[in-house]
Amino acid sequence: MSSDLFLVSNALVGIPAVAAIAVALEPAYRRSAIINLCASGATFLFALVLLVVEPESGGYLFVDDLNIVFVVLSTFIGFTTSVYSASYIDHEIETGRLTTRNVRFYHAMYQSLMCAMNLALLASNIGLMWVAVEVATLTTVLMVGMYRTPHALEAAWKYFILGSVGIALALFGTILIYMAAEPVLGQGYDAMVWTTLMQKAPQFNPRMLNVAFVFLMLGYGTKVGLAPMHAWLPDAHAEGPTPISAVLSGLLLNVALYAVLRFKMLLTANAAAITPGPLMITLGLASLIMAAFMLYRRGDIKRLFAYSSIEHMGIIAFAFGMGGPLANFAGLLHMTMHSLTKSAIFFSVGHIAQVKGTQRIADIRGLTQSQPALGWSLVAGVVAIIGLPPLGIFMSEFLVVSSTFARQPLLAIPLVFGLLLAFGALLLRLTGMAFGEPSRDQGEVKASMWPVYAHLSLVLLAGIYLPSHVVTWFQNVARLLG
Amino acid sequence: MELLTIDIAHVLAGALLLTSFMLLYQDRLSGLINIYTLHAVILSLSVAWQAYYQDAHHLYLTAAIAAIFKALIIPFSLRHIIKRLRIHRTVEVVGGVGITMLIGIFLVALSLVVMLPATASADPLSREDIAFALAIVLLGLLMMVTRRNVVSQIIGFMSLENGLVLAAAGANGMPLVVEISVAFSILIAFIVIGIFLFRIRERFDNVELSELDRVRGGRS
Repeated sequence: MSSDLFLVSNALVGIPAVAAIAVALEPAYRRSAIINLCASGATFLFALVLLVVEPESGGYLFVDDLNIVFVVLSTFIGFTTSVYSASYIDHEIETGRLTTRNVRFYHAMYQSLMCAMNLALLASNIGLMWVAVEVATLTTVLMVGMYRTPHALEAAWKYFILGSVGIALALFGTILIYMAAEPVLGQGYDAMVWTTLMQKAPQFNPRMLNVAFVFLMLGYGTKVGLAPMHAWLPDAHAEGPTPISAVLSGLLLNVALYAVLRFKMLLTANAAAITPGPLMITLGLASLIMAAFMLYRRGDIKRLFAYSSIEHMGIIAFAFGMGGPLANFAGLLHMTMHSLTKSAIFFSVGHIAQVKGTQRIADIRGLTQSQPALGWSLVAGVVAIIGLPPLGIFMSEFLVVSSTFARQPLLAIPLVFGLLLAFGALLLRLTGMAFGEPSRDQGEVKASMWPVYAHLSLVLLAGIYLPSHVVTWFQNVARLLG
Repeated sequence: MELLTIDIAHVLAGALLLTSFMLLYQDRLSGLINIYTLHAVILSLSVAWQAYYQDAHHLYLTAAIAAIFKALIIPFSLRHIIKRLRIHRTVEVVGGVGITMLIGIFLVALSLVVMLPATASADPLSREDIAFALAIVLLGLLMMVTRRNVVSQIIGFMSLENGLVLAAAGANGMPLVVEISVAFSILIAFIVIGIFLFRIRERFDNVELSELDRVRGGRS
């Protein structure tokens, strides 16, 4: 590995790790919010460097075209969330929902989460990746339970138990992959490193790979939030601090998805193993349709958008399950657009809940009148997430649907059905919240809106004109995914 | 000599599986903790035997972690917790022991059917160990599903995790086993501290999960 790439990839893991310690030692919450913001910004800048240096592997970290996409996306959202989180936390301290000690802990966990996610994305071997995903789970569990209300504790507990079971199944799959690789690659690290695994995958015992993939799919799939292992997701999103809901939806689900994709590539490389596509398609469609139905009966605004995340992770898993250059491209684009849009929505939702003093949808009315900036951002976000043109999600959903029609027309029927269901549900809820006679505000909030605007304008830009650089970049990755 | 070595490994793994079955039907919390201690001791012996057989010294460390952390510290703190929560005399209603055992036997058969053909080419020692390990993992999951009490569920999870450590130790020369077992120990420590610190009893009156369900009423 060349020295600058080594430096960059280590910085991506190292900066958050150092920052986590720094904020843990910093008692003043405003200053720790600034450290949090600067560290996330620096990590993002380093991630941008990855775009210009030549990918290589070596050491315990490695960089290739696939994980660059994930790293850039997650460090960007990590950065904008830290901007948003500063104003959110300010308000929580003023209203006394959080103490300065809580916030110190929260910032330390936030940076630990960033560190764990970057490590999971950049880890060069399957064991280290597993450990990183586990650490990421632990840190988010601690943040979800931060308000210490019975509901928050229950959500954290449920997330913890289901997450742990998922993680345990993923480890079993990881061990099986090692056992499949060991006769070919010999004992030791070589049989766990992505690059050597990919090279020798055609020679692995296919039956072993099959069993391993089922465990990995169920294990990491739990963390992706795919039905029927999704039960933790709505609670964790609804009860934790809103910046964490944004990070969960925007980043952590993607990290788990990344793990699934890597193992999918491994199976695709082995001709005798099962094709992993149908399993992903089934789970994806199940998530999409289940979540779309569930959207109709939600009474809690954060829960509503949590179910929408399940729906979209279903679409993404479906697209990657279809495979092929076009569907993979659509999946990647949809993942990027969903992360940006959903975190923007959670940014507005967090402030809306602060202003209204409630998360109940029934008590939130007429936002566009009483809080124009927040209200219209929510409208824009929802319009984007339900896939109306000319925004980015329209493009990616259109690509998913059209590539499905071209190859498996029958599968397109449940897909379109699910999309329309979700469309109706979200539109229905949105009109109630955004328009009509405004409900009473409980408090004022100094909202920092620019993270929302930044995300939404990126989504709009992608919908109108996707720069050719990005297109070729995503096309390369799509080809890599097979 | 070779055969004897393999036999001893199988006896230990089989004993671990049997202990998993004992966990399934034990309805007293204190009894459950005792059996879990036994589970951890057998795991530690089994891993130590693998370390000896594979001549992998780092596995001795994993065995030591299992012995000290899982067989001493965890049972000790769990006993402390159930005393503090005054549930140490609780007799849990374990519904349908017969059916649970039958499902358990079915799961063992399933794991043998799945794993043995898949690992036909592997080393005989790791081959059967991984089948046992899968059975232990599935039995742990079964226990988590059938029990309503938080402490029993955690013991189910920990027995599941023991199965994973057995699998990792059985995979010839797998690196990172120590790191993984440390990471898991942290996870378990968090769970145990979680029950205690968050004082689920204080918040919910009882550690029954049905009580947790009650909290969810009125939300959608």
